[in-house]
Amino acid sequence: MKKFEVLGNKDTRSGFGDGLTELGKKNPNVVALCADLTGSLKMGDFKNENPDRFYQTGIAEANMIGLAAGMAIGGKIPFTGTFANFSTGRVYDQIRQSVAYSEKNVKICASHAGLTLGEDGATHQILEDIGMMKMLPHMTVINPCDYNQTKAATIAIAEHEGPVYLRFGRPKMPIFIPEDQEFVIGKALMLNEGTDVTIVATGHLVWEAVQAGEMLAEKGISAEIINIHTIKPLDEEAILKSVAKTGCIVTAEEHQMNGGLGESVAQCLVKNKPVPQEFVAVKDTFGESGTPAQLMEKYGLTKTDIVSAVEKVISRK
Amino acid sequence: MSKDYTIEELKDLATQCRRDALRMVHAVSSGHPGGSLGCADLFVALYFKVMKHDSSFNMDGKNEDMFFLSNGHIAPIWYSVLARSGYFEVSELATLRKINSRLQGHPATEEGLPGIRVASGSLGQGLSVASGVAQSKKLNGDDRNIFVLMGDGEIQEGQVWEAAMYAAHYKLDNLIGMIDVNGRQIDGDVEDVLSLGDLRAKWEAFGWDVMEADGNDMEKIVNQLEEARSNTGKGKPVMMLVKTEMGQGVDYMMGTHKWHGNAPNDEQLEDALGQLSSSLADY
Repeated sequence: MKKFEVLGNKDTRSGFGDGLTELGKKNPNVVALCADLTGSLKMGDFKNENPDRFYQTGIAEANMIGLAAGMAIGGKIPFTGTFANFSTGRVYDQIRQSVAYSEKNVKICASHAGLTLGEDGATHQILEDIGMMKMLPHMTVINPCDYNQTKAATIAIAEHEGPVYLRFGRPKMPIFIPEDQEFVIGKALMLNEGTDVTIVATGHLVWEAVQAGEMLAEKGISAEIINIHTIKPLDEEAILKSVAKTGCIVTAEEHQMNGGLGESVAQCLVKNKPVPQEFVAVKDTFGESGTPAQLMEKYGLTKTDIVSAVEKVISRK
Repeated sequence: MSKDYTIEELKDLATQCRRDALRMVHAVSSGHPGGSLGCADLFVALYFKVMKHDSSFNMDGKNEDMFFLSNGHIAPIWYSVLARSGYFEVSELATLRKINSRLQGHPATEEGLPGIRVASGSLGQGLSVASGVAQSKKLNGDDRNIFVLMGDGEIQEGQVWEAAMYAAHYKLDNLIGMIDVNGRQIDGDVEDVLSLGDLRAKWEAFGWDVMEADGNDMEKIVNQLEEARSNTGKGKPVMMLVKTEMGQGVDYMMGTHKWHGNAPNDEQLEDALGQLSSSLADY
């Protein structure tokens, strides 16, 4: 098992904020909109450095999405910022008609996704957003795993023509992706080559998968660990190539099993080469208040849960 | 537009566009003739007289006036006016709502129909989009205007009022909103379905410069649109409350909400076309 060096400890939303600030310096067409969560989204530096390109919309997310579509018509590259819940479910029809169906170059950037939002509870812990966004034609869906990857993804999506949903989170997480790691939309990142099982993970669960890989190595199980940061379009080639070698797969995500990465992977496998699959995901329940660590444990999203899922999936081979 | 149309010529065009809209919805036995007829004069005034626009069509509309239709269901009249002002061949009007057509039941961009910049039909979104375009025009130093039309029933949608606040806060004084005040919606009179109260007072309270307009009098609506434009650039977005009659020009379609979303049958079409004589040719 490859050893991953922890390079620091930061929240993925800061990766977004710093990426946006960098874009502000180098791309005059980038504009940003925020619905009263500038601090939470870490958009303050962009706002201060580009006051004429930052639009505070107030607590009016539906209007924010429409504004962004309009600014895209005017040749701008709008980045909208609010919590993941208010970036998706609250404004689904606005995104569907004015952005996705109309093929507008809008970047919907969503923080505080999933259970790790913590104490605020289930009203804010959206676990359905990947599903909603991936169902929309023309939409690209990205869920980076650490600060460095989120920053790189933020910068990369400005160069991509078309609507993008970029999902990140609230808590501080270990940084383990090198700063100079190239971010290619739709291209899986091989973290560790192995032979017994494929673990495919996205977002905060990638770090759990890496730690699970170490625990599995101690048990003599060789895990191939793949980071899927782009859920749509899915890198089917990387997944199929890996399962051709390992013969089984575990998917891990901070999202509902219904509609998530695991579902996309299952669809890919069924169409091409079915192999046993286990899902580390939230199983059709809402979250609740608690610390991020307590919630991840209660809802079965830790490295230990990944190890159990691996043992189960290997037994099904 | 290069040609300077007289009021009589504009009226003749509006009559022809009404004929087009009726024949289009009749051919597929579906669509929305009522609001299309009511807004025919307004559309003709905008596209043939008031707006500076380029029918070769650029998505970004740089240095052009731009129009957005929020109540997308009156697409038939928009398609007719777009075709007759040169955006595409008038013969294509015959494809409305048919399979593989660029003329979708509600306006869309996927098929690449020139003149359409955003999909509409799910109501309440157009004012937000138009505000975003107006904002980008300001950022680009482009001083042309954005026109956006909404239905009066449509402004029951909450998003409209989010956009109303935004446009006033950001002083989008290059934006001209228009509400088709025909007093009718699918389930009946707006007043009975969900009354709008004092529209002028509402929009003024939201910080807009409000004026009333006569949407079915060509001379007046041309002048009122020019007046609206002269009111731009003064720190406030402009709202025109455009009084129209749903079904205008066809007696049995007027004074009722019943032709909001129903197409005429063969006999009804003949009757309607008999009431609309134009010197132009049908598609």
